[in-house]
Amino acid sequence: MSAIIEIRDVSKAYGGVVANKDITLSVQQGAITGLIGPNGSGKTTLFNSVVGYHPIDSGSIQFEGKEISRIHVQEIARLGLIRTFQQTRIYKAMNCVENMLISLPHRKMRFLESFSRNSTADYENADRLLDFVGLYEKRFLKAGSLSFGQQKLLEFAMALMNEPKALLLDEPTAGINPTLINGLIDRLLRANREFGITLFVIEHNMRVIMNLAQKIYCLAHGELLAEGEPEAVQNDQRVIDAYLGAH
Amino acid sequence: MKTRKLILYGAALLFTLLAPFVMPDFKTQLATLWLMIIVALTWDMTGGQMGYNSLGNIFFYGTGMYVAAVICIALTHDVGEYTNAFGDHVYRFTDAQYFTGVALGILGAGVFCSVTALIIGYLTFGLRGPYFAIGTLGVAIAAGELVSNWDWVGGGQGISLPVFPYDLEQGKIFFYALFAATGTVIFIFLRWLYTTRFGAAINAIRDDEEKAEAMGIHTLRYKLTTWSIAAFFVGVAGGISAFQLIHFEPLETAYQTINLGIFMVVCVLLGGKGTLWGPVIGAIVFHLFKEVTWNYLLGWQWVALGALIVVTVVYFRDGIMGWLMHVRPEWFGIRVEKKTGEAMQEAGA
Repeated sequence: MSAIIEIRDVSKAYGGVVANKDITLSVQQGAITGLIGPNGSGKTTLFNSVVGYHPIDSGSIQFEGKEISRIHVQEIARLGLIRTFQQTRIYKAMNCVENMLISLPHRKMRFLESFSRNSTADYENADRLLDFVGLYEKRFLKAGSLSFGQQKLLEFAMALMNEPKALLLDEPTAGINPTLINGLIDRLLRANREFGITLFVIEHNMRVIMNLAQKIYCLAHGELLAEGEPEAVQNDQRVIDAYLGAH
Repeated sequence: MKTRKLILYGAALLFTLLAPFVMPDFKTQLATLWLMIIVALTWDMTGGQMGYNSLGNIFFYGTGMYVAAVICIALTHDVGEYTNAFGDHVYRFTDAQYFTGVALGILGAGVFCSVTALIIGYLTFGLRGPYFAIGTLGVAIAAGELVSNWDWVGGGQGISLPVFPYDLEQGKIFFYALFAATGTVIFIFLRWLYTTRFGAAINAIRDDEEKAEAMGIHTLRYKLTTWSIAAFFVGVAGGISAFQLIHFEPLETAYQTINLGIFMVVCVLLGGKGTLWGPVIGAIVFHLFKEVTWNYLLGWQWVALGALIVVTVVYFRDGIMGWLMHVRPEWFGIRVEKKTGEAMQEAGA
């Protein structure tokens, strides 16, 4: 397996606060990689650096061998690297189907094609993915009227609609009813296996990430603390200390 | 539903065609009504559908006027001499020269404004919310001041154009027809555009631009295209106005930021932002209100207009169409989730 995302010696500081310091990690093509760490350890900062939300101070980020640390959010998204937000972002005034149709991959669309209507295949695809996340019955409801958990599922379905090569998920289970979490884990695994999408997941819920990821990186105070198989990371004394606050 | 829509559109078309003959005394009023509809519909493209509230669309109206006038004059005369003649010399236009000038002037105005919108848009679309509004307003005010100091186009005196060569009443119908045709074209165009992926993309920019970027939508390209199309039609409307008014000057007529520049926004707010019919309904209600108060409440007309704006903004923030959507969502096919607790269980099942 080769790496689809390569992060090398990436540092990012906000004024005097060093959010990421010399982080090196890689996400393997077709795998599920986890990123854990206590609050404020720099996980979301690293995500934002990868998808181009802010320039990094030093280091290099490559996606499929192409340097992406200096290009804009939209261009990175059009390479097939899509992220979801911790604070779910959907188009609240539109219904679920409309949300899905807007998420069609614009990188595969020529400009003139945007002046056409969506094809039957697009509608079928939207319905199929809404069914996949369990929102088919609610597809004509205004997205803003859905519960937070459902909005998260919708955002996940929208990301799938975009046919990404790699998907960065920022806490996909946060705020979701515990009884729904198993269903979500199952769907993430299926998205990875059936659609062949590489997943890079920030997660706080240890049970979730242990069941999901093949490899886990742990951040603490902006630095890479540990990496390895889920078992090994879970039993790593440094990781346990970081989570319990002993330092 | 389908037949009801056909009847509605048929009636609107019939009214458009017959209005100047049924109400011969109101030809110019009706032409102005169409002007309001055009500027409201185009303002709503960016303000309502894309979430960019421009206060500078009047720039394209004024620029359209000047471009149309300059093209019309330049076809047969020297523009500098023409504008500086002050009645010393009578410039004549043959019928053919007049109508060629009108046609090329109006089209040229549209194209020029369209290109200008790309340039101004490129510079100002980095601004968000109120900053974009003020930035574009600044462009319109600055343009008015610049043009009023530019002698080649008549400076503060403005420009006088040739008069419609035939009967005056025929001229009124001619300009009504030009405005009505432009308004009908933009309405049909927008009715189609808002059903395409393009329409969905600009709605996405309005609802959450950051999300749209994160999903890989070419946001700047969509914003520039939308504004450029809007500017084309405002420019065309400005061009028609130039020939209709015969004489215009820069600050009060062409770049009239506090009149038409604000009226177009009020029309849209009144009718309902981000809807197809909202700007049309808003323009009609606004124009009627304005004409009635200007005739029967003279002296208090601006107070009445101010009161209308305040009432709209405070009590009808979503406008007439938005209010209808709220009280009768089923008319528009909007469905809202009622129960939340159970729904979440179902979603996971």
